[in-house]
Amino acid sequence: MSAVSIETSSRSKLVHWLAGISVATVAWVVAYSQLTAFADWLVDVLGLSRQTRFGEALHFFFYDSPKVVLLLTGIVFVMGIVQTFFSPERTRALLSGKRQGVGNVLAASLGIVTPFCSCSAVPLFIGFLSAGVPLGVTFSFLISAPMVNEVALVLLFGMFGWKVAALYLGLGLLVAIIAGLVIGQLKMERHLEDWVQKILGGQAAHPAGETLSWVERFEAGGAHVKEIVGKVWPYILAGIALGAGIHGYVPEDFMASFMGRDVWWAVPAAVALGVPMYTNAAGIIPIVEALIGKGAALGTVLAFMMSVIALSAPEMIILRKALKPTLIATFAGVVATGILVVGYVFNMVL
Amino acid sequence: MKEIKVLGTGCANCRNTIALVEAVAKEKGVPFSLEKVEDMSAIIGYGVMSTPGVVIDGAVVHAGGVPSRSKVESWF
Repeated sequence: MSAVSIETSSRSKLVHWLAGISVATVAWVVAYSQLTAFADWLVDVLGLSRQTRFGEALHFFFYDSPKVVLLLTGIVFVMGIVQTFFSPERTRALLSGKRQGVGNVLAASLGIVTPFCSCSAVPLFIGFLSAGVPLGVTFSFLISAPMVNEVALVLLFGMFGWKVAALYLGLGLLVAIIAGLVIGQLKMERHLEDWVQKILGGQAAHPAGETLSWVERFEAGGAHVKEIVGKVWPYILAGIALGAGIHGYVPEDFMASFMGRDVWWAVPAAVALGVPMYTNAAGIIPIVEALIGKGAALGTVLAFMMSVIALSAPEMIILRKALKPTLIATFAGVVATGILVVGYVFNMVL
Repeated sequence: MKEIKVLGTGCANCRNTIALVEAVAKEKGVPFSLEKVEDMSAIIGYGVMSTPGVVIDGAVVHAGGVPSRSKVESWF
């Protein structure tokens, strides 16, 4: 193939992508505007009434499922493209040599956009440290990356509006920044496993200087949708189904008695309950929505959500390969304290 | 003979990467050896921070996520 024909074929590919994205965007907007009508219609067709508990639960399910899937697909596609601009290597280069403070803020912010999978938490962790990123700054990244992610934010936005999403974003970043600062101040470098400390002695960073075309970026967006939405949809449907059950059958204000804002022990209980649970934001948020509808306090529920996502037992087991128990415990303790504070603050302010 | 190593700690993406690399290499009829590297310090030794990574004849050619088919084809 000559150079000219390669160029033509990649241009026609780009045109295909742009046309496809335009059509998909229009279809998306139309579908999103018809959500209530769709749920009403479906409940009607089934011969049910929203006055009955079952009908109301079903309406919740038929309204929320397409809404969440639409929101998720859209945002995951966009984030898939955004992430092609932020490889872990680039983030590391941006962070290396940064001091405490500025570094923590930057690390927590980059955690939102840098592609991250908890299965590569250890190589990433060590890769950061070996490039001269301070331990506390590395932790800011490691806390923010799973907790403040696009899936959580878009779902919060869809369910509760932009104010709650913005608060979650701000407070999530704050927890990551402060927890990283605290861990940095504690000077816990010697609590890294011995083999990690040896590696840190000498290490050359490998530059991944690839430039991607827009077609490749779009393809990455598509692949991201396939990967994330393909993985989380069963959790979402299960979460919405559970949420629908709560919505239809649990009496109003039922949750207020033990998850309301007057119950002082509710926040710590929610955090403790969240640690052994492991799901992603997608599965937990529909449940959160239903709980709030029944009188649970927002702060308590958000603390629960942060705890489920940020403090998961499987991730700690993975990190245990590189961190000694003291450091793991400190990490968990500092983050849990941060989440507690967030929960109480939310309950007081709202 | 190409010496291929796939770096990763056994997540689904790593298995997909291995299958893809193997399929493409066979398709192209290039003689190759395939090794799976799961040892964490060995992975980090290559400077790879996000798995799965692919090493061909000692050089890191890919890191982070399953590589696209066209990218894999360009290696052979």
